[in-house]
Amino acid sequence: MHSEPFHIQAKHMLRYAGKRLLRSEIPLSHHHFQSALRQQYFQPINPFKKSLFRTTCNRCGNQKQSLLGTIPCKRCNREHKYCRKCIQMGRVLECEPLYEWIGPEPVRTKWMNPLAWEGTLTSLQEEASHQVIETVQGKQREILVWAVCGAGKTELLFSGIAQALQLGQRICIATPRADVVRELLPRFQKAFPHVSVEGLYGGSSEKSGHSQLILATTHQLLRFHQAFDCMVIDEVDAFPYHHDPMLPYVVSRAVKSTHALIYLTATPRQDLIKRVVSRELPVQFIPRRFHGYPLPVPQLTLSPTLAKTLKQKQTPNAFEKWLQTRNHPQRQLLIFVPTISLLHDLEAPIRALLLSLGVITQPNAFQTVHADDATREEKVLHFRRGDIQVLLTTTILERGVTFPSIDVFIIDAGHTVFDEAALIQIAGRAGRSKTDPDGEVIYLHTGKTRAMILAVRSIKKMNQKGGF
Amino acid sequence: MQCLICDQEIIVEHNWTNFLWPALPKNLCADCEDKFSYIDSLRCDICARDGISGVCQDCKAWQVNKHTLAKNEAVFRYNAHIQACIARWKYRGDYELGHIFKDAWCNHFQKTYAKQLKDYIIVPIPLSKEREKERGFNQAEMLAQFLSPHIHLILERSHSEKQSKKSKRARLSSKNPFHLRKTIKKPVILVDDIYTTGITLRHAAHILIEHGTPVVYSYTLIR
Repeated sequence: MHSEPFHIQAKHMLRYAGKRLLRSEIPLSHHHFQSALRQQYFQPINPFKKSLFRTTCNRCGNQKQSLLGTIPCKRCNREHKYCRKCIQMGRVLECEPLYEWIGPEPVRTKWMNPLAWEGTLTSLQEEASHQVIETVQGKQREILVWAVCGAGKTELLFSGIAQALQLGQRICIATPRADVVRELLPRFQKAFPHVSVEGLYGGSSEKSGHSQLILATTHQLLRFHQAFDCMVIDEVDAFPYHHDPMLPYVVSRAVKSTHALIYLTATPRQDLIKRVVSRELPVQFIPRRFHGYPLPVPQLTLSPTLAKTLKQKQTPNAFEKWLQTRNHPQRQLLIFVPTISLLHDLEAPIRALLLSLGVITQPNAFQTVHADDATREEKVLHFRRGDIQVLLTTTILERGVTFPSIDVFIIDAGHTVFDEAALIQIAGRAGRSKTDPDGEVIYLHTGKTRAMILAVRSIKKMNQKGGF
Repeated sequence: MQCLICDQEIIVEHNWTNFLWPALPKNLCADCEDKFSYIDSLRCDICARDGISGVCQDCKAWQVNKHTLAKNEAVFRYNAHIQACIARWKYRGDYELGHIFKDAWCNHFQKTYAKQLKDYIIVPIPLSKEREKERGFNQAEMLAQFLSPHIHLILERSHSEKQSKKSKRARLSSKNPFHLRKTIKKPVILVDDIYTTGITLRHAAHILIEHGTPVVYSYTLIR
């Protein structure tokens, strides 16, 4: 047993092709691994790239001095660098190489008719879907699908991905948010019932990443290297993708040298818009929602004393007045606040107010949710089912979640966390269903900000483009 | 300077004190620092368990069986924030993160053992050779070096399953994993990152006392 050399099997090819890994991420015994190295299935890569002035982590691209630590290492008994940036995914040490698979590539299945989805697309979706197919076929390298919130972005991807599967390509749908992966995974599994679809995110049960079709958070792409023929980036502008240089870096490394790149978003950032304007990046607009009704336009409400009211941990008067004059009091209500501390401050006063006005009859029909909340998924599910009538939240619910019939209220919309994209996305939560295609959106502020004006302008413009 | 936990820039507030007397550079931002919680005077007299006056049940039980550890001192209460820090520092192996504890760790030592004892010897709890290779460093040794450059690596540990993976019963009935390289005839302060059941420290103390150490104390980061 011990003297037996490494024999390559199909499972090894599937597991290691297109990856760049730490030794601890390769579950082979020492003996087998050495044998695989000698047979040149793996290639060692220097963990850090050093130039005169900077050191770069070869896994996450980090160059920031404060995130490159020094450790007196007991493995090699020397003091050397390690990367603190990507340490959540295992530690990159200077004394230990990274490994890339350079053995034979696995043969990917060319599926005849993988798509089982039988819905219909609107004419606008149809057009975008056609563009996506052409991109997959290699007629253009990239495309931006600029679709309003609730346009049905996922459905228009299906035929493009079916095309890629027919060509035997490897596909990744990446998004910055784990919530989105969890929401998309069952929909893709249903649409492609015979293809193995894998969902990768921090804490997901599957981790091996050998499937042909992968849904992943952008963080998980850290382990991939020249793996995908086709990459879809959903919500390309979402936090933390535009915020963290590591994520664009790992995405650009995870695709093969010839690849198709599809961006999906409702609110592209300046860098993408610039490329669209200079005709470098083809774009496909979908200015109409799938149900054919216009986007709800936010209403700006001024409350000059808001800062003081919030400091005293009281509910704003304007909020109380609005609650009493809502047009559709039976709708559920989603309230956004900028910070977790404000969320905690306002929880009790808002509950008392809602009870006294009769908006809710039970105290637990009102709940709060934020990023560090362990029961976050559960609460969102209860809200969707209607067990919770009013939900107070931070920006974590700004995108990727669909509730059928809600009104939206933002307290302190002038705060810096509510940039243009966030405000548009939040407004896009209202009026998502065919049966109730409208909803009220209120921005409560102490003075209009540029972000608010731009958000309203952008929503109106999209409605105009959609023919309203 | 960036915060070692969240990597945000630390902005020092200007006031007359630090105008006259420049403040030492900090490695933690105010938000991250506030989330730590310190053990106060309401604690078990022996093991520093939080919120108990007198001696806690566990320590009473220990005293009946073996009288080994004279006293434990600890700095922080166990909470979700420090749990996340320890996980990243020790298990993920983010060595630099250990520096966030340095100030509080040394200050508390000055207020307690440094006043009460003299002529003591600091001994960190060792890792097994295998575990040390895996982690790349020993967190207890790092803590001990904050207190004094002269530490004594006189204990050795045989390889076993991680304590944190075992149940309380399994920990209490485990075999003593330590052996001694050198005997010490002075008071010893054992150093470790966390006191959970106390069995690790008591095992180490037992070996020392068997070989003639007069009294053994312990100092941990968390209780």
